[in-house]
Amino acid sequence: MSPLRICTVYPDLLGTYGDSGNGEVLAARARWRDLDVELVAARSSERLPEADLYAIGGGEDGPQVLAAERLAADGGLVEAAKRGAVILAVCAGFQVIGNRFPDAQGQLHQGLGLLDIETAKGTGPRAVGEVAVAVPTESDGGLGLPMLSGFENHGGVTTLGPGVEPLGRVAAGVGNGAGDGSEGAVRGHVLGTYLHGPVLARNAALADLLLAWATGIELEPLDDAGSEDLRRERLGRLSLS
Amino acid sequence: MRLRASVASLAVQGVNRASRLTGKGSGTVAGGRVGLKLDPKLLEDLARGRSTVLVSGTNGKTTTTALLTAALATAGPIATNATGSNMPPGHVAALVGTKASVGACLEVDEAWLPATAAATRPRAVVLLNLSRDQLDRSSEVRMLAERWRGAVASAGVVIANCDDPMVAWAASTAERVVWVAGGLEWKDDAGACPSCRGAITFDELGWRCGSCDLTRPTPTWWLDDRDAVCPSGPVSLTLELPGRFNRSNALVALAAADALGIDPDVAAHAMSMVHDVAGRFNEVVIASTPCRLMLAKNPAGWSALLDVVTEGTAPVVVAINSRTADGADPSWLFDVDFSKLQGRRVVATGDRWRDLSVRLRYAGVVHDAEADSTRAVEVAGTDGDMVEIVGNYTAFRDLLEASA
Repeated sequence: MSPLRICTVYPDLLGTYGDSGNGEVLAARARWRDLDVELVAARSSERLPEADLYAIGGGEDGPQVLAAERLAADGGLVEAAKRGAVILAVCAGFQVIGNRFPDAQGQLHQGLGLLDIETAKGTGPRAVGEVAVAVPTESDGGLGLPMLSGFENHGGVTTLGPGVEPLGRVAAGVGNGAGDGSEGAVRGHVLGTYLHGPVLARNAALADLLLAWATGIELEPLDDAGSEDLRRERLGRLSLS
Repeated sequence: MRLRASVASLAVQGVNRASRLTGKGSGTVAGGRVGLKLDPKLLEDLARGRSTVLVSGTNGKTTTTALLTAALATAGPIATNATGSNMPPGHVAALVGTKASVGACLEVDEAWLPATAAATRPRAVVLLNLSRDQLDRSSEVRMLAERWRGAVASAGVVIANCDDPMVAWAASTAERVVWVAGGLEWKDDAGACPSCRGAITFDELGWRCGSCDLTRPTPTWWLDDRDAVCPSGPVSLTLELPGRFNRSNALVALAAADALGIDPDVAAHAMSMVHDVAGRFNEVVIASTPCRLMLAKNPAGWSALLDVVTEGTAPVVVAINSRTADGADPSWLFDVDFSKLQGRRVVATGDRWRDLSVRLRYAGVVHDAEADSTRAVEVAGTDGDMVEIVGNYTAFRDLLEASA
């Protein structure tokens, strides 16, 4: 079997908020289960390599526009989504894989269209702070994860189209910010969220879900006492644990 | 000085004395705040007619300010905000009670540079670097660079690090710029051109934007293996402070001192005696354990300091808080290559020890965790070893106080 390939997308442009950690978390959790894994960081000057799982992070407005242009010209991520690769996209990365997103002046730019979402520049203050997200159970059509903890820091407001499901509902914090209480968006194996932390470091269950999607195998549990303690402590500060 | 400013100045001194006497603070911020409340134009008054130099950047500003102050002090008394209180209250407190003939060397918070430059009309501005720091409350890097452009346009001379594209772009609006090869180990905030959003590429020769004509300016000051190379020739640079980044800070300070009329050899000698920079790099004793105490606040700072720490084998205490002065989101811990600490004895502490512990686990660093930072030092030093402590802002400050 060829190794599981995890690609951190454009850390030079979309790596401002520590989200490169998501790739590192995924690779470590695969390795701890004796899976053959390869973690590659694809800089924006390179061709995007083929991978089973892509992690895209947050960044500043200018670099975000450049990243969207380069990803569109490269075409690799859109191809990957078509063949069913797993994509995790955070904050600016989440906006970029949607239909359209704003720059610093509010002017809209074309996204990759991998998620049926549209982001506009918010009119209120920037959403900054701890977030808790309740994820629906599988019987309710959700991903069935424990409550997610993260930190958001964005000025965009994201509206979900009919082609996606929300990742969850904010129990604290702003999330997508369009007034429906939703956070993130999911379609198939493409998942977007505003949560930093990095989100997979704080939420081991989400990391394992993405790995299960990418490998198609059932993963044995790990000793996650430390990250579970962190998740509960963060939620506890919002009185939600 | 206007009457209002005189009254406000007296109030600053009074509050500072009281603050120091009651042990409630180092007496720099509280007094400055009161003074600015009584007279919002107090800083302008205090700076009028004074030869002022401002030092700003994400990393190295406290150290560079200390080094430059030492160099400038060879020509006469210099007022400075040595404790790192780098916003207007700290500036006011540094200047109050000194004559306008006394020069000033002020460290300035990146976001406060435009307002401080407008108030003090500096003779020189020193720009070190710009990278991610406290993203929850501070601005993104490009917004800061944009604001700096306006701030430096009116400065007499700007001493700028040509290795940082953000700094080079910001400084290019100034009338006179001295370009210094101050180094840039952290390049991940400079991937997109601040001018046109094109892609910036780095190589051994420097950096350039692929889409516009922004490129690394040619420096007139740089470092070789041994010396600082100045326009007048090599100057020997021996420092008490550790690390390559401090040699870069010293080089920038040397160029700034030169621009203000201090001979580089004289400046280098004065800087070679600087060993205490607001407690940073100090050797102290905490819980009967000898330690070296270091401050790192953001990924760029950590990347530089970890290189210093990994030169040795001593146990390491890493302390992370997320109070207002630290930033509320420690996600950036994943931008720091903690795997360099593998095999060392490591203890995680600070308010955010849980986040740090998870980070260290994913970096493959076996470690202990202790919520109490004094206890963490004790645990790290169990075998009688000297302990290296690296903390972010308030974690560092608390440990420095614990050592007193």
